[in-house]
Amino acid sequence: MIGRMVTAGEVMEEIEKDRVFYEESGGGVTFSGGEPLMQPGFLHALLSKCKERKIHTALDTSGYVSWETLSRISANVDLFLYDIKHTDDRRHMELTGVSNRQIFHNLKNLAGAGKKIWIRVPVMPGLNDDQENMLKIADLMHALNLKDIFLLPYHRIATDKYGRLGRVYLLSDLQTPSDEYMHGTVERLSAYGLNVKIGG
Amino acid sequence: MNERVAKLREQSVTAIPHISMERAQLVTEAYQRYAGKVSIPVLRALTFKHVMENKKICIHEGELIVGERGPGPQATPTYPELCCHTMEDLQIMNDREKISFKVKEEAKKIHKEKIIPFWKGKSMRDLIFEQMTAQWKDCYEAGIFTEFMEQRAPGHTVADDKIYKKGFLDFKRDIEKSLEAIDYANDREAYKKQEELKAMLICCDAIIRFAERHGEKALELAKEEKNPERKKELEEIAQICRYVPANPPRNFREALQMYWFVHLGVIIELNTWDSFCPGRLDQHLYPFYEKEMAEGTLNREKAKELLECFWIKFNNQPAPPKVGITLEESGTYTDFCNINIGGVKPDGSDGVNEVSYLLLEVIREMRILQPSTNIQVSKKNPDQFVIKAAEVIREGMGFPSVFNADAVIQELLRQGKSLVDARCGGTSGCVEVGAFGKEAYILTGYFNLVKILEITLHNGIDPRTGKKIGIETGEPTEFKSFDELMDAYRKQLHHFVEIKIKGNQMIESLYAEYMPAPFMSIVIDDCITHGKDYNAGGARYNSRYIQGVGIGSIADCLSSIRYHVFDKKNLTMEKLLKILKADFKGYEKERQLFLNKTPKYGNDDDYADEMMLQVFHAFHHAVDGKPSVTGGTYRIEMLPTTCHVYFGSVTGAMPDGRKAGAPLSEGISPVQGADRHGPTAVIKSASKMDHLRTGGTLLNQKFPPHVVDGEEGLAKMKDLIRAYFKLDGHHIQFNIIDGNTLRDAQKNPEKYKTLIVRVAGYSDYFNNLNKGLQDEIIARTEHKSF
Repeated sequence: MIGRMVTAGEVMEEIEKDRVFYEESGGGVTFSGGEPLMQPGFLHALLSKCKERKIHTALDTSGYVSWETLSRISANVDLFLYDIKHTDDRRHMELTGVSNRQIFHNLKNLAGAGKKIWIRVPVMPGLNDDQENMLKIADLMHALNLKDIFLLPYHRIATDKYGRLGRVYLLSDLQTPSDEYMHGTVERLSAYGLNVKIGG
Repeated sequence: MNERVAKLREQSVTAIPHISMERAQLVTEAYQRYAGKVSIPVLRALTFKHVMENKKICIHEGELIVGERGPGPQATPTYPELCCHTMEDLQIMNDREKISFKVKEEAKKIHKEKIIPFWKGKSMRDLIFEQMTAQWKDCYEAGIFTEFMEQRAPGHTVADDKIYKKGFLDFKRDIEKSLEAIDYANDREAYKKQEELKAMLICCDAIIRFAERHGEKALELAKEEKNPERKKELEEIAQICRYVPANPPRNFREALQMYWFVHLGVIIELNTWDSFCPGRLDQHLYPFYEKEMAEGTLNREKAKELLECFWIKFNNQPAPPKVGITLEESGTYTDFCNINIGGVKPDGSDGVNEVSYLLLEVIREMRILQPSTNIQVSKKNPDQFVIKAAEVIREGMGFPSVFNADAVIQELLRQGKSLVDARCGGTSGCVEVGAFGKEAYILTGYFNLVKILEITLHNGIDPRTGKKIGIETGEPTEFKSFDELMDAYRKQLHHFVEIKIKGNQMIESLYAEYMPAPFMSIVIDDCITHGKDYNAGGARYNSRYIQGVGIGSIADCLSSIRYHVFDKKNLTMEKLLKILKADFKGYEKERQLFLNKTPKYGNDDDYADEMMLQVFHAFHHAVDGKPSVTGGTYRIEMLPTTCHVYFGSVTGAMPDGRKAGAPLSEGISPVQGADRHGPTAVIKSASKMDHLRTGGTLLNQKFPPHVVDGEEGLAKMKDLIRAYFKLDGHHIQFNIIDGNTLRDAQKNPEKYKTLIVRVAGYSDYFNNLNKGLQDEIIARTEHKSF
């Protein structure tokens, strides 16, 4: 295993070191991974402590957990960075191995509770970048009154890591989306009234 | 920039720095005529007069602000009365790859036949080395410290607003009043005061005459000029040069010309460190700007054009050539004029005004080496100002640098300045604080904090030469605790500081006696009132500085010894000394241990940062508050210019993993590669130093363009600055890395260990990426695509 076991207290000590910067910039802590909700108890402890100390919290998640788990911590999350990969359930199953129903169920609940959410969409050429999917995402965001979307263009940086780990990279044929395509998508989504950013 | 400015800029950047013997000849003539016949202050004044009345007057095609130090752009004079170069020096200057100055055959001839015969053995440099003890010389040669005054004059000061309110005819009246007030019956200093004031009077006339000659030349050129517009410009120049500096300036343009004549006066009189500087330029120019904009006699474009012409004047004056150690500690053409923008007004309120923003625009457009510029950021200044400056910084030239105006004021107050004098001050040179127009804050040399440890580890001996230049503080193998080592270090440090200060006192006395600066003294309070020269303690405030170099390195070295030898007991002191003596040959494993498994400064790790503090306090304790012979007080600063490279070259292998001869850390930055937790951790570590007890600290941060891209990037820079300054950080400057640097990093990764680049939604060390990815990022940096 790479990494080490830490207590919530140890993590908070590390977080507190940058307090002056949070206060100046209005920034805070982003919990990410992997999937942070795979350690719900630990995450809950950290989020509560952050809120106690008035530190802004953001959670970067796929949303693939039970609503019970998610709802338990959502009160202490100021901002969700929420992934959407595909709106079509069958296609989602093909691409990720799981259904998207729980993911969207959770999203609707969070939006309904008025939580601040930024949608993040990894753009994989030929896999989820069809216009239908993009428009369905826009529709969904409209319905949930969400405004901010970040398009994350596929990159081949992981090939480097796979190489270093001595593993085979299975998407060796997949190319990064063209500048043209990305800007076209940005335009289309902006026309829908969304705040679209590339990257982040 | 418009066509006129573009042409002048081109002329400035393409002119090749070269030596002019004009000044040397004129100075020699003056000495031949007057030396021994008049008092020394009057001798210096008559010398100044002789130069100002006879040097070639330059007015270039298209110029609006006129005057050069030498006979043309980048024509650099010599100062044989301070340092008479050997013929070999001239050859080296001509031939060297970096910071060269071309020396024509004619110049060589003059130097050989006229200058050397007169000045050999007579220059201040000769006097200084004659007076320095063998002990001092050993330390100097060993690279324990450097000596600022061995080739250049003390200087290092900045103008305030007096020259915008008074002309030299007014100063003459003030000087005459002082003369009249001399109590010949009871004042023991009566004669000295009289001579100094007489000298000042001569200098006033000299500078007025100098300007008049420009007026005469302008009229001559106007007569010949076919182009009616240019003819009119030349006639305007003539009028201006006959009005200032005799009289105070009446408008924006005259204000700039007034300052420029004074600047030339200071740098022609003597080869002062950090030339001279207009200081809080936006504050001084704003009243003129406001008035004329309202009257309609000036518009923004015209003001910008004048400022850009002004800018080029600085760029035409490279720092006069240095040789030897002085070259190594300051290996650059820049003469460190550092214009301040922003800050607070004398009443403490926000000083940012329209001229502040105009100056930022000028910096951005001009993109030339000189003058340097900085912003003074107070809590009272708006974020918008910081962000506008960040836009300019982002372009990658490294200017403007950023100062904490509130910390600067506190530093000055601690030193005993009045609140108003503190608020009207700022920073100059690299990072040094001063009460502009009222203070002599002279730098005396750099101090090698790391080599002191080397001496300590060898019980007083410099292993490089085998000479015993330190004191005996005990065999390190017999130290039973880290505290014993630290005690020994402190004792050695005190020993060397004392030698440096003793040398300084002598040099200060020599300058007070033999090399006054009566012209410069006119514009620095309170020299006229006291009848005393700047170099003799005449200013209202007198500070002397010793600049500490390598605090990052020494912190890591001590951390390594404490951690590995005393705490974890990974190796004995004996073994450590053996490893260092071998320069790590055959001990790469241990070197990697020192480099990678040791607490290091710059990571917000109290273990290592505590080491930094111990050295800082020791240095501070040894220096701060000691009196200087002409009534000044010693203080410390933490800046290196390029001296960290020189000091590294004379220091052997060290316990932080640094190999013999490699550069030390620069400023108060961590050792290159030691900071592994990002810029916020660097800032936290740097903030633990008590900046307010210094006269300046220097922190460098490197970023790739992506990190500071877009509106968010600017906001991030601004927030980082505000956070550091909230913690009382003194200064920060940003180097934004471009594609060429990344390519260099590919070829020489060991030089770029801490280079972090934005990869995708994250950042990573450039060295950790495979070549394909590095290429991709380079391409991205060039084309600014996502």
